[in-house]
Amino acid sequence: MLLEVNGVTLQYKTPRHLVTATYQVDFNVYQGDRYVILGPSGCGKSTLLKAVGGFMEPVEGSIRIRGRKVEAPGPDRMMVFQEFEQLMPWKTVYQNVVFPMKVTRKFGRAEAGDRANAAIEKVKLTQFRDVYPHMLSGGMKMRVAIARAMALEPDILLMDEPFAALDALTRRTMQQELLSLWDQLRFTVLFVTHSIEEAILVGSRILVLSPHPGRVRAELDSATFNFSNIDTGEFGAMSKRIHALLFGDTRASA
Amino acid sequence: MSSARQDIQRPELERELVDSGAIGDVERPLGIGERVLHNETFQRFVILLVLLVIWEAYARWLNNSLLFPSFTETVKTFWHDLQNGILINRTITSLRTLALGYACGLALAAVFTTFAVASNIGTRILSTFTAMFNPLPAIALLPLALIWFGLGTPSLVFVIIHSVLWAVALNTLIGFRGVPETLRMSGRNVGLKGARYVGLILIPAAFPSILAGLKIGWAFAWRTLVAAELVFGVSARSGGIGWYIFEARNDLDTPTVFSGLLTVILIGLVVESVIFRAIENRTVNLWGMQR
Repeated sequence: MLLEVNGVTLQYKTPRHLVTATYQVDFNVYQGDRYVILGPSGCGKSTLLKAVGGFMEPVEGSIRIRGRKVEAPGPDRMMVFQEFEQLMPWKTVYQNVVFPMKVTRKFGRAEAGDRANAAIEKVKLTQFRDVYPHMLSGGMKMRVAIARAMALEPDILLMDEPFAALDALTRRTMQQELLSLWDQLRFTVLFVTHSIEEAILVGSRILVLSPHPGRVRAELDSATFNFSNIDTGEFGAMSKRIHALLFGDTRASA
Repeated sequence: MSSARQDIQRPELERELVDSGAIGDVERPLGIGERVLHNETFQRFVILLVLLVIWEAYARWLNNSLLFPSFTETVKTFWHDLQNGILINRTITSLRTLALGYACGLALAAVFTTFAVASNIGTRILSTFTAMFNPLPAIALLPLALIWFGLGTPSLVFVIIHSVLWAVALNTLIGFRGVPETLRMSGRNVGLKGARYVGLILIPAAFPSILAGLKIGWAFAWRTLVAAELVFGVSARSGGIGWYIFEARNDLDTPTVFSGLLTVILIGLVVESVIFRAIENRTVNLWGMQR
């Protein structure tokens, strides 16, 4: 077992309120999972991901990665954020990808360079290797962020609605690319989304959270679904099932 | 409600693409004329040229070199003093003091802002200090500086530090605060902490703001220095550019006053459009953080 989340309650303070984001959430992620946390806004899914990333501490329960308790952010859990600002504008694509490897000294100098080039090639950005982020499109920036996270070979990749800020066409391409990368490398990813369709497509396992505060509603298996059966009845049935779990009725979802 | 969709049958269409050869390449370089016309240096040059023509014309019409010497007269004096070394000596004296004061100001600003980002109380202290001292003209501290440090470089350095410190510290702090949360998190994600976090994430991310602070600080310092030299350059042994202006005014030698002012302006222009421009082109412009 790679990641164990046991009875985790998360709270954060705004200037006026103490907000409970999740309440006693449990789930386990195994090696090679494409584990999706799905829920409407307000279910604390991003907060949960931040807690796994080590950016906030649970008030109750525990988060363990490979048996070690998560206490601080670390390069064993690389995050990919929704915002494009996660790339450092003062570094080129290559420098951005190589940066975490340099800082953590996980790989030697030459190896880090090779790994960075390989990762950039995997996300098809070789010809933009020496370009600064401001000259890239949103989808390309996201590819750089993914390459940067993967090149470091973390235990788990944490993705916080990574494609939500992209246009629909780019989003679809990126979902396909993520799946084909997973086919090649079999990394473990914890993926947060609010789109039912994206959850079924991208995920192999789906944790459905209900809002206010976030509690576990269901954990489903979706490993059989992909782009080839997106039009089938089973896919639609799965989508309806999740919709019903989230909203308590059986109307079809978008 | 708008009216219902009109139910008119429209044929669908598919067509062969029109040959777009007639319009030429989709992307082609602009002609030399067009590029020069939009070049900033060229535009500046034209503005300067127009100003000089107006100056020369007005001075000739006035025909009183005691009140308002012409451009040619000023340049002649400027050239003369440049050749006999006076102007260069004065400028070097000024710039040396300026560099010392500017460097000390930056170092202190670094200390203050490090303290300010490290803790909340540090932030409060710095923002209170800047609120108090930033509006205080450095030159107003000069009499005090003269009592404390006597006539000479230390007093000048003191007022320069005062004029640099608050502007730079304030801008740096504002820049640090404006660093996006996502960028901070992706820095902490790879385990950056303390000085490495500040150096590798905060400073480059806040660089546009820091650079603005450096520019403002430079302008304040230069201004303060020239003004301070005008006040007490009288008794300093080797005066700076302010002293040069002051001396000339005492002799009612207006062309020399003008040539002194011209030097001040020229140095300002060089620092702004050569040094700072080069830094900008290599940093914030290259990174797309500033347009």
